[in-house]
Amino acid sequence: MNLIKVKNLSVGYDKKIVLENLNFDINEKDYICIVGENGTGKSTLIKTILGLLSPIKGTIEYNISRNEIGYLPQQTSVQKDFPATVMEVVMSGFQNRCKFRPFYNKEEKQEARTNLAKLNIANLEKQCYRELSGGQQQRVLLARALCSAQKILLLDEPITGLDPLATQEMYALIKGLNQSGITIIMISHDIKCALKDASHILFATNPPFYGTKTEYEKSDLHKKYNTHHVGGHIGGHDDE
Amino acid sequence: MNNIFETIGYYLSLPMGRYALIVGVLIALCASLLGVTLVLKRFSFIGDGLSHTAFGALAVATVTGLTNNYILVLPLTILSAIILLKTSQNKKINGDALIAILSVSALAIGYLLLNVFHVSSNVSGDVCSTLFGSYSILTLSISDVWISIILSVCVITFFTLFYNKIFAVTFDENFAKASGTKTEWYNIIIATIIAVVIVVAMNLVGSLLVSALIIFPALSAMRVYKSFLSVTICSGIISVVCTFVGILSSMLLSTPVGATIIVIDILCFFAFYIIGLALRGKSEV
Ligand SMILES: Nc1ncnc2c1ncn2[C@@H]1O[C@H](COP(=O)(O)OP(=O)(O)OP(=O)(O)O)[C@@H](O)[C@H]1O
Ligand SMILES: [Mg+2]
Repeated sequence: MNLIKVKNLSVGYDKKIVLENLNFDINEKDYICIVGENGTGKSTLIKTILGLLSPIKGTIEYNISRNEIGYLPQQTSVQKDFPATVMEVVMSGFQNRCKFRPFYNKEEKQEARTNLAKLNIANLEKQCYRELSGGQQQRVLLARALCSAQKILLLDEPITGLDPLATQEMYALIKGLNQSGITIIMISHDIKCALKDASHILFATNPPFYGTKTEYEKSDLHKKYNTHHVGGHIGGHDDE
Repeated sequence: MNNIFETIGYYLSLPMGRYALIVGVLIALCASLLGVTLVLKRFSFIGDGLSHTAFGALAVATVTGLTNNYILVLPLTILSAIILLKTSQNKKINGDALIAILSVSALAIGYLLLNVFHVSSNVSGDVCSTLFGSYSILTLSISDVWISIILSVCVITFFTLFYNKIFAVTFDENFAKASGTKTEWYNIIIATIIAVVIVVAMNLVGSLLVSALIIFPALSAMRVYKSFLSVTICSGIISVVCTFVGILSSMLLSTPVGATIIVIDILCFFAFYIIGLALRGKSEV
């Protein structure tokens, strides 16, 4: 089933286009990996899909409701002195599910704990978010994204700041979510891993490339990119 | 000792004294609840700017001779609240400068109008009480009491029902927006409530001191507590206690009520600051 249809889309800021001529469909159970060099407009594209930025040209058709989308931002502008416990942050992922219900229910609380456990941070539940390490904060935001994702999960460089073991677990987790029916759109600089799990690749260049994994592997882009960066991981920048 | 209770007893036997206490505590509670969001969203300056605009609006209302000032002051303040909020989010416009311009113009024009149109015989006295609150608390009317009761019921209901949304919007507005929350809406509602609280609180502490009532309790609570819920509850309690103590002391000492409340708030802030340092150990400042 088609969830989101992107037609002839150009994205950017204040009429300044950073990525254009995007045409692709997001279907149920897809695992789309967005790759490309720094500053090519990957985050911009995701923000446009989420409705945080408006498209400069073209259209995005939604066949799902906005509140079925989960999101992990690349950076969060959380204030350094914000008083919030890990549980409060993670639970806030459910608020799109509540509609007009003012409070979270028991099942949601339980689910939040399950997600914390999945990310190995169950012990941090009562800790203050601002006093965690960068990687721990990343995991908390991931747990929040998991809570909010009902149909689609958009992840902007989810493994930034995670240690190697956590990275592996993260990929396994995302794959599991995808197999359980959640559509994944992930920005990653770890192209090797992207090729392992993803069903589709979107390469942010001009003109952009979109296709299935096999199509990508046959393309010139793949050959060029792979010879440049043997071993795959280019390493996202660290915003902490 | 007996004397203290006698004085307080005397004031509380007057309806005006009771009004002051009720209005003060309720307004303080509303202001502090909002204060948490305001401080965390870095909107404290909006509170400050707004109180000046409210002064200007009040001057206009006085000059035009309206029987009920709220009719003019409230909509004008709400309007400027929304304008300030919108521009502070727009990165292309220099929000700080706009707030400065707006608040200074409102002060100047307001003062000028009051002087040019000589509506009362004691302009400077009027101005002083609008800026710093009435010298005595005995100027509140029963309609002030009703307005503050209605207002606080609305604010507390809104805050309870939308507590989780407010947290989400305050903590990470982009995330909230991305997952389908109408964040603009919440911002506008919050701005409206701030405006209403400021207008009503102006009667009590005066327009220059209003923002202290909003931000001090939240800042104090944030020194010690680390979860949003406990900060919210604690700042409500701090605010209510400080205002209560402040009003009683102003009765006893015959000091201006607004300034007394704020001084108690300041003392409380230092107390919490020290407690916070002690809890964290002295390594971190
Ligand atoms: N708020 C902004 N206003 C104007 N231009 C911006 C803004 N944010 C980013 N840009 C520009 O848009 C371009 C794309 O930025 P974007 O964040 O989408 O890159 P990215 O592909 O996500 O890069 P990275 O891999 O580093 O995360 C960059 O050239 C950047 O300079
Ligand atoms: Mg990016």
